[in-house]
Amino acid sequence: MIVAKQKPIEEILEGVRGAGRILVAGCNECVTVCEAGGKKEVAVLASALRMSFMNQGQEVKIDEITLERQCDREYVEELRKLIDQYDVVLSLACGVGVQFLAETYLRTPVIPGVDTCFMGATEQRGVWTERCQGCGQCILARTGGICPVSRCAKRLFNGPCGGSTRGKCEIDKDLDCGWQLIINRLKELDRLEDYEVLLPIKDWSKERAGGPRRIVREDVR
Amino acid sequence: MRLQYPSSIRIICLPCTGKVDLIHLLRSFEKGADGVYVVGCMEGSCQFTSGNLRARKRVEQARALLNAVGIGGDRVQMYNLSSSEAPRFVEIAEEMTRNILALGPNPIKIARKKAAA
Repeated sequence: MIVAKQKPIEEILEGVRGAGRILVAGCNECVTVCEAGGKKEVAVLASALRMSFMNQGQEVKIDEITLERQCDREYVEELRKLIDQYDVVLSLACGVGVQFLAETYLRTPVIPGVDTCFMGATEQRGVWTERCQGCGQCILARTGGICPVSRCAKRLFNGPCGGSTRGKCEIDKDLDCGWQLIINRLKELDRLEDYEVLLPIKDWSKERAGGPRRIVREDVR
Repeated sequence: MRLQYPSSIRIICLPCTGKVDLIHLLRSFEKGADGVYVVGCMEGSCQFTSGNLRARKRVEQARALLNAVGIGGDRVQMYNLSSSEAPRFVEIAEEMTRNILALGPNPIKIARKKAAA
């Protein structure tokens, strides 16, 4: 899932300053799971904003809505009838949702209430870690199911660098060396010979380096 | 024991303090409560393992948010005691009442009155 974290309330307050009618819009997907922008977080943020404005003697209308997804036209369209009632939409969806709303409703500012961080997994409640960078050319089959693009700080492709010590990365003593994980896993799979096979030079044009990406599937269009 | 505690306190019964959510605490203040305190079982003796520990975290979240929006985080507190400690319950009720009286009324309540005037 896409992992996001809530922006500090001070930054959000600054972003909505001057607005008299605010819609706080959550998303029922990834940001709900990572407890950053689901229905609960929408209610909490809206309550905090209401109290802040009331405390400053400002009369601001704050409404709440949580869409099934903010990255799908059919759900984003649900705001069509409401959008003109608001001066600003505070979206708690990931950056994709914020942009999709902004592209759909040109006359209403949409501001983000979360910082979108990475594609990751829930290690335990309250702990999320990165697992994928969407590089567009998956090599997990060759690396024991552990990704050197997202798990190695240098995104190395053929073994660890000299900064790998006792299985940890030099950038953080608590961070596992991605390549140590790969080697351990290959050992477990009894496929350590795969480690000796050099991975070819990666085509980074399929990653973000190639500009904004697009997938078109004629078979499902 | 027939112990008395301040009459300004309204008790909301829950099956476990783990049921307390952040939004419940915030809504209380939005509606004008001067203070809220959560009284859970002693740490380590939650029947549901971690209900009271979760409640404490939510109280801490509420404190941070209330500070950020200018209401004052000290208006919300978490206490732990066992069900057989009636004198301690009264002590906590009196302590909380003293603290809230010292903090004064909830600014939201004052702002609402001003807006209505």
